[in-house]
Amino acid sequence: MTYLTISGSPHIHGEHSVKKIMWEVVIALLPAMLVSFYFFGINAIIVTTTAVISCVVFEYLLYRFFFNKNEVTITDGSAIITGILLAFNLPSSIPVWMVVLGSAVAIGVAKMPYGGLGKNIFNPALVGRVFLLISFPVEMTTWALPVHNTSGIVDVISGPTALGTIREGMMNGQSVTKIMENIPSYQNMFLGNMGGSLGEVSALALLIGGLFLLFRKNISWYIPASFLLTVFLFTGILWEINPDIYADPVFHLLAGGLMLGAIFMATDPVTSPMTHAGMLVFGVGCGLLTVLIRVWGSYPEGVSFAILIMNALVPLLNILFKPKLFGEKIKNG
Amino acid sequence: MKTFKRGGIHPKENKISSAYPIEVIPPPAIVYIPLSQHAGMPAIPVVNKNDKVKTGQLIAKAQGFISADIHSSVSGIVTNIQDIADAAGYLKKAIIIKTEGDEWLENIERGNTLVKNISLSQTEIIEKIKDSGIVGLGGAAFPTHIKLTPPKGKIAEILIINGAECEPYLTSDHRLMIEKGDEIMVGITILLKALNVEKAIIGIEANKQDAINILTSISEKYENIEVHTLKVKYPQGSEKQLIKALTGREVPSQKLPVDVGCVVQNIGTTFAVYEAVQKNKPLIERVVTVSGSSIKKPSNFLVRIGTPVSFLIEKAGGLPENTGKIISGGTMMGKSFLNIEMPVVKGMSGVTVLDEKETLRMKALNCIRCGKCVKVCPMGLAPYLLATISEHSGFEKAEKEKIMDCMECGSCSYICPSGRPLLDYIRVGKIKTGEIIRKRN
Repeated sequence: MTYLTISGSPHIHGEHSVKKIMWEVVIALLPAMLVSFYFFGINAIIVTTTAVISCVVFEYLLYRFFFNKNEVTITDGSAIITGILLAFNLPSSIPVWMVVLGSAVAIGVAKMPYGGLGKNIFNPALVGRVFLLISFPVEMTTWALPVHNTSGIVDVISGPTALGTIREGMMNGQSVTKIMENIPSYQNMFLGNMGGSLGEVSALALLIGGLFLLFRKNISWYIPASFLLTVFLFTGILWEINPDIYADPVFHLLAGGLMLGAIFMATDPVTSPMTHAGMLVFGVGCGLLTVLIRVWGSYPEGVSFAILIMNALVPLLNILFKPKLFGEKIKNG
Repeated sequence: MKTFKRGGIHPKENKISSAYPIEVIPPPAIVYIPLSQHAGMPAIPVVNKNDKVKTGQLIAKAQGFISADIHSSVSGIVTNIQDIADAAGYLKKAIIIKTEGDEWLENIERGNTLVKNISLSQTEIIEKIKDSGIVGLGGAAFPTHIKLTPPKGKIAEILIINGAECEPYLTSDHRLMIEKGDEIMVGITILLKALNVEKAIIGIEANKQDAINILTSISEKYENIEVHTLKVKYPQGSEKQLIKALTGREVPSQKLPVDVGCVVQNIGTTFAVYEAVQKNKPLIERVVTVSGSSIKKPSNFLVRIGTPVSFLIEKAGGLPENTGKIISGGTMMGKSFLNIEMPVVKGMSGVTVLDEKETLRMKALNCIRCGKCVKVCPMGLAPYLLATISEHSGFEKAEKEKIMDCMECGSCSYICPSGRPLLDYIRVGKIKTGEIIRKRN
C-alpha cells in the first residue's frame, strides 16, 4: 500500500534556495577577489582566507555550543560571504589577529545574537569593519600600494587612498584641482590600480559581479542604481558650484568603497527593504549620507556608515512602503 | 502579447498530455456522486435507495440561492446515500449508483452534429443552464446561472472566456479548444445572449498555439468574438488577473468582476453550456487530464461524474510504484487526495500524480527578507508579513493587511528561497480572520 502525502498547495517549488543565492553571491565576488590577489599579492590571500575561515568557525562554534543546535547552517554559505566582504573592507597590510577579531565581531556581535541568517539588523561585515576602524584607526588606514610590477614582496608602503589624498590636501589648503594631479588616472581607478581596501579598488571587477547578480535576479537594480545616481548627482551639483573645493562626480563614483557598498553591501537582502519603493528610498538615503560624510564628515570615506545608518531604518521603510494593492486604482474604460 | 502586470511566476509548464486527444471512458461499475460538488449549499436527494435511474436524470435538487442540481451520470440502481470523504477529507453525503447498461433520458440528443441555431430566449437559456446543474468547471465550481444573472444595478459589458489554463500539467481546456472549437463558439454566442452582451474575448496562453490558430480561424465567422494570445504566466487563469490582462481593468478588493463590467466563463463551462442548451444534456461528464512525470499514458479523458479516480489512473497505465502524492487539479492550486477511491466531481479538471521525490518539501529556514514573495504576489500583498502575523495569531492586523484578498495562488510559497510554507500560514490566517469578520457582521 502506497502512503500518500497530504499537504496544502502549492505542490511544487521553484529552483531558488538560500544556498543557491549565497553561492551565486560568492561567485559574483570572485572577479574582485582575483583583482585583489593580483594587485595586493600574498597578503590579500592571507587576509581573505583568515577572514573566511574565522567567520565560518565562529558561526559553527556559536551554533554548536551557544545555541546548542546540532544542525548547523554554515553550509548555506552566508558566513563565507561575510568573511569575503569583511576582507574586502580591510587593507592588505592589516595584522592577521585583527582580521580574526573583526570576524568575531561580525559573526558574534552583528549576526548570531539576533538569531542567525535572516534575523540580523545590520550588515555583519560592515559592523566588523567599522569596529576595527574605530578601534585601530592607524592599522585600518595604512594602505599598501598595489604590488604588481614591483618586487612582489609587500612591505608596508604607505599609500593613502584617493579620498584620503583629497582630504589631506585640503587640510593643507590646496585646491582640489591641484590635488587631483597626485591621484591615479580614472582608467587606473576603474581597473583597480590604486591604494585601498582589498575588494573596493576595481570598479570593473565589482560591476562584472553585480551584472551577474542582476542577471541571476539575486539583486534588483533599485538599490545600486539609486545609491550610485544619488552620489553622482549630489557631488555633481557641488562640483558645479565650486570645482576648487569639491571633487568631480566621476571621481566620487570610482573612489573608495562606493561600488563595493552599492553593489554588494547595500543589496544584502536581510538588511535592505522588501519593496521597490522602499529600496529606492534606501538607496537614495545611502547616497546622501555617503556624500555628507565624505565632504563634511571627519572620516574621508562614508559608505560603511551610510549603509549601517540606513540598515537601522529598514524596519521603518518596510512599514512605510507597502506594495500597492491590486485594484486600488479603479480603471473603468 | 498581453498579460497582467503585477507579480506572477513561471513554473515549469509540464503539459505532457497536451498531444493526446480526448478519450471517452465508459461508465464504471459503481459511481459515487457527491451532493456538494459546487460552491454553496449541498443539493437535496430526490431519489431513494433502490430507485432505478437513467443517465441524465435529476437525482438531487439545488437547495438555497447558491447551489446546483445534480444528475445521474449513469443508468442503474441507487444502492445507497451515505457519507464519503471529499478531497479535503471531510465526510460529505453522496449518492451511490450501481451501473446497469447505459440508458439515457430520451430527450438528450447524443449525436455529434453541430447545432448552431439558438432557439431559446435569454431567460430560457439561464433556466436551462440552471436545470442542467452547470457550475464553473475551472475549479471553483460556482453555479453558472448565478454568474449569468448580475445583481441589480450592475451591467455586464464584456464576456471573457478563460482559455488560459495556466496550471502546470492540466490540458483539458486545451484539448476541448482543439477538438470542440465550433461547439465552444456556439456556447459563447449562447452566453452572450444570456448576458445581453455585445462582445466576447477569448484569452489563451501562448503555449497553446494550435488552439489559438483553430479558434482564431473559426472566430472569423463571428464578428463579436475576439481571440487574444496571452504571455505564459501564472496565475493568469485567475479571474481578476485575466480581466486585467485582457481589458486593463482592475477588480477592486472584495468586489466582483461584474463591478468592472466583466463576466468570466471557463472553456469547459462554455462547452457544457453548449451541450445543455443545444443538446438538452445536463452536466454529467467532463474532460479530466490524468498526468504526472511517472504516469505511463498521460491522458485527457471524457469521464462520467462520480467515476473513482483509481479507475482513471488504471486507464492511464496504473499507479506508478514511486507515487508520493495524488492531486485533484494541477500542482499550484490543486488539493492532495486522501486516497484514490475519490470520485471525479464537476470542478475536477485533472488528476496529477507526483513521485515521492517531487513530493518532498525543502526544510523551512529563516526568512532572509529577500522580498521575492512581495514581488511575485499578483494581488499586491506582502506574503511574508501576512504569514508572520498569522503565525503569531495577529488576525485583526491581518485583516488590515488585506489577508482576505489572497486567492491562494501559491506564488509566494513557490518562490520562497527559504522554503517557508507561506501559504499554509496565510490559509490559517484567512480562516481565522474570516471567522472574526463573520462574528462582527
